[in-house]
Amino acid sequence: MTDDKHIIDQAANEEYKYGFVTDVDTHILPKGLNEGVIREISRLKGEPQWLLDFRLKAYAHWITLEQPSWGHLTLPPIDYQSISYYAAPRQKKDPATHQIDPELVKTFDKLGIPLEERMALSGMAVDAIMDSVSVRTTYSERLAELGVIFCSISEAVRDYPDLVRRYLGSVVPYTDNYFAALNSAVFSDGSFVYIPKGVRCPMELSSYFRINAAQTGQFERTLIVADDDSYVSYLEGCTAPMRDENQLHAAIVEILVEDRAEVKYSTVQNWYPGDKDGNGGILNLVTKRGLCRGDYSKLSWTQVETGSAVTWKYPSCVLAGEGSVGEFYSVALTRNYQQADTGTKMIHLGRNSSSTIVSKGISAGHSQNSYRGLVKIAPKAVGCRNYTQCDSLLLSDTSGAHTFPVIEVDNDTSVVEHEATTSKINEEQIFYCNQRGISTEDAVGLIVNGYAKEVMQKLPMEFAVEAQKLLSVSLEGSVG
Amino acid sequence: MKADGTMSNPLQQYLDLYRGHEQAINAGAPSVMNALRPAANSALGGIVLPRKGSEDYEATDLAAVLAPDYGVNVLRRAFEADVAQAFRCDVPNLSTHLYFCINDMYHPTRTALLHDQGGVVVETFRQAWQRHPQLLADQYGRLASLARPEVALNTLLAQDGLLVYVPDGVTAERPIQLVNILQAASPLMAVRRLLIVMGRNAHAQMLVCDHSQLPGDAASLALSVVEIVAHENATFDFYDLEETTSANRRISTLYVEQHTGSNVLVDGITLTNGFTRNNYHVEVNGEHASTQLLGMTIASGTQHVDTHTFIAHNAPRCHSNEMFKYVLNDNAVGAFAGRILVQLGCPRVEAYQGNRNLCASPTARMYTKPQLEIYTDDVKCSHGTTIGQLNQEALFYMRSRGIGEEQAKTMLMQAFVADVVDAVRMESLRDRLRHLVEKRFSGSLASCGNCLSPCKITE
Repeated sequence: MTDDKHIIDQAANEEYKYGFVTDVDTHILPKGLNEGVIREISRLKGEPQWLLDFRLKAYAHWITLEQPSWGHLTLPPIDYQSISYYAAPRQKKDPATHQIDPELVKTFDKLGIPLEERMALSGMAVDAIMDSVSVRTTYSERLAELGVIFCSISEAVRDYPDLVRRYLGSVVPYTDNYFAALNSAVFSDGSFVYIPKGVRCPMELSSYFRINAAQTGQFERTLIVADDDSYVSYLEGCTAPMRDENQLHAAIVEILVEDRAEVKYSTVQNWYPGDKDGNGGILNLVTKRGLCRGDYSKLSWTQVETGSAVTWKYPSCVLAGEGSVGEFYSVALTRNYQQADTGTKMIHLGRNSSSTIVSKGISAGHSQNSYRGLVKIAPKAVGCRNYTQCDSLLLSDTSGAHTFPVIEVDNDTSVVEHEATTSKINEEQIFYCNQRGISTEDAVGLIVNGYAKEVMQKLPMEFAVEAQKLLSVSLEGSVG
Repeated sequence: MKADGTMSNPLQQYLDLYRGHEQAINAGAPSVMNALRPAANSALGGIVLPRKGSEDYEATDLAAVLAPDYGVNVLRRAFEADVAQAFRCDVPNLSTHLYFCINDMYHPTRTALLHDQGGVVVETFRQAWQRHPQLLADQYGRLASLARPEVALNTLLAQDGLLVYVPDGVTAERPIQLVNILQAASPLMAVRRLLIVMGRNAHAQMLVCDHSQLPGDAASLALSVVEIVAHENATFDFYDLEETTSANRRISTLYVEQHTGSNVLVDGITLTNGFTRNNYHVEVNGEHASTQLLGMTIASGTQHVDTHTFIAHNAPRCHSNEMFKYVLNDNAVGAFAGRILVQLGCPRVEAYQGNRNLCASPTARMYTKPQLEIYTDDVKCSHGTTIGQLNQEALFYMRSRGIGEEQAKTMLMQAFVADVVDAVRMESLRDRLRHLVEKRFSGSLASCGNCLSPCKITE
């Protein structure tokens, strides 16, 4: 407990502890976006023609679109021509020993991400991504023995082109939305995971995203395919340096779940949220969707959102398989001038599919926190079940909490329930803690952690500890 | 329709009508109504009516509803048959001050009744313009927002309306009942307007019944706007009961403004109808105000009922409760979208919103969108939504005790809507509603006493 307290204190003193910049030689493409830039990205990555065609088609579609504005957000204007779309740390790699630039190793060590396998006591396979390229993927070889493919998407394009070509864009097509089109045109790196039939992935797979270079955006793309009867748990973490400008992060995550397979996708999102006056911070505009194509397949999203100036994302499940299961557990904490408009979509197409949504919003300072969700039950999806609970906790009288759920039911055998509450922390609970010598600030931390526990329990253990600390740290100074 | 198959702007016919008959429309109407027409005209100019799927019109195609060439009774020609005699709509043991409105004209033989009754003023706008011009000038069109195309269209074409004014400290001894009848041989648009002003410490109850007598399938539209102002400590109950036919189209927008300590109950009940869109917009501007917004829909056949509610809490220490229940059968479509807004600096607001729906057939559809928008921390707000079926265990329990399946289902459905009916604050109306709901579920609403209302349930 005292150890925890110490960590919290330390972290609270630094405003955002991952806000440092790594001084590495970075190859950055000139700012701006046009066909030439896309061709250059493709050339730098040595991509095949079909992928370049895919990018160009996406770009041609993107320029016909307008940036959407329906979110409950005040989005600063984004000048897409003043962003650099490719930034790669130049790796001083010695081809003989496969040693990574020590500066990068240091960076990831500082972030608590072990790149060297001998140091990897955490038993987690990591794909570390800095700006536009994957720095290192650990444990690939050991996983390969089981037939599990875990590598960066660039390597996957090179080594498993058939798989990537088959699945890329199958869940989130480039026509899906504005940011999906942009990502499809300029995506740089990300993780690719393939779990073969009947394999239960023995360790947690994880990718760690880091934006380092200034005036760049990160456009990663993650593709996870879980074949019949397989299981994988995948974690995602992210940080960025502190800067006065807004940086754009527009990623795509696609997940395909086949018969009886299960994918658990957890995110602890801690991008730089901007300073306390709302300057700078990451604009986190992400498209995440999973297709439960197989019968009795299961996809579970768990997210803890504490960072980013603006979060605008809806991790979704398309439940096409009979008896498929979708889950969404989310804690979104906003403070200062952060804005979050997040939630999920559960599209029930398969018979007897079921979904659970538990969303907990916590707003402090001048922040605005919205839950927006869709539960749709198609006419032929008989016997479906959905339960939605979204609660909001308000910690200051200047913050806002909003709920915008949409429910569409097209048959008479499905049961859909939605509940939402909005309130502030119960003063009696704080008084109870105060009486027992717990300061108000600690009491709030306790209550919030208890409030978020339902979601935290769904996180893998290593992440749960980190997420809990993150929540406490983020709450420091928000009470009063 | 244009030759290329696209629908031309359905509003154009009404704008043309206004341009061509401006003088006739203005003639006889109070100048306060005429004064708002240019603004309404320009609000409608150049706008595109929302199609199905656009924001706030997810399940309702406003453009398609307004597309038929509805006639408007511009010249105020009197209707011939005395339908008022045919519609009794008596509520047993409830004596009301009864008023009839056929299409958008107030019944001439009843005009004699439209005068002060124990201090309560009920008169047409044309009469009010003579007797209470200041009140009408102050309140008419103040709440109704021309940003809504349906309200702007109403404001553009409305030629008369009904004013209910309960002065300060007056309690209406008897409820006020208004029976609206839509009766037309060819497609017609009735443009109705209602203005209710409750003075300080005034108390009143009002019941509005919508009926229609439409031969054949030609659709007719009732386009109404209701404005309710409740001043300090006023109490007002507004019951809006719809029993119309499948050819009936209804677009109704109701505005409420509440001041300190006022208590307003609005209950919208749809038993039979064709297409209905009800908008409720409540602005709570004073502390300690209490709002109850209730609704109940029983729909079968191809009935379509879409309800949109918005409650803005602009003052601290207020209470609102919202509950809408739908029972959907056959191919009926139900939609509900509710939004509660608590403004910055309005602590201690309690706001509850509920929407419970029963889908009783495989082809019935329900869309729901309950929303909360909260900008202050010391509040208690919640919403709950369910879409489901009758409890199978309860059905089994009843059947195992010898109650037939149909009977058991009817009982459960009646129990399902009971809390909305129970919230009615007029005992005799409550009993009457229970009776009507029971009849509605058993499909025998057509034989409603000696009433000639053709509210048959279209299967």
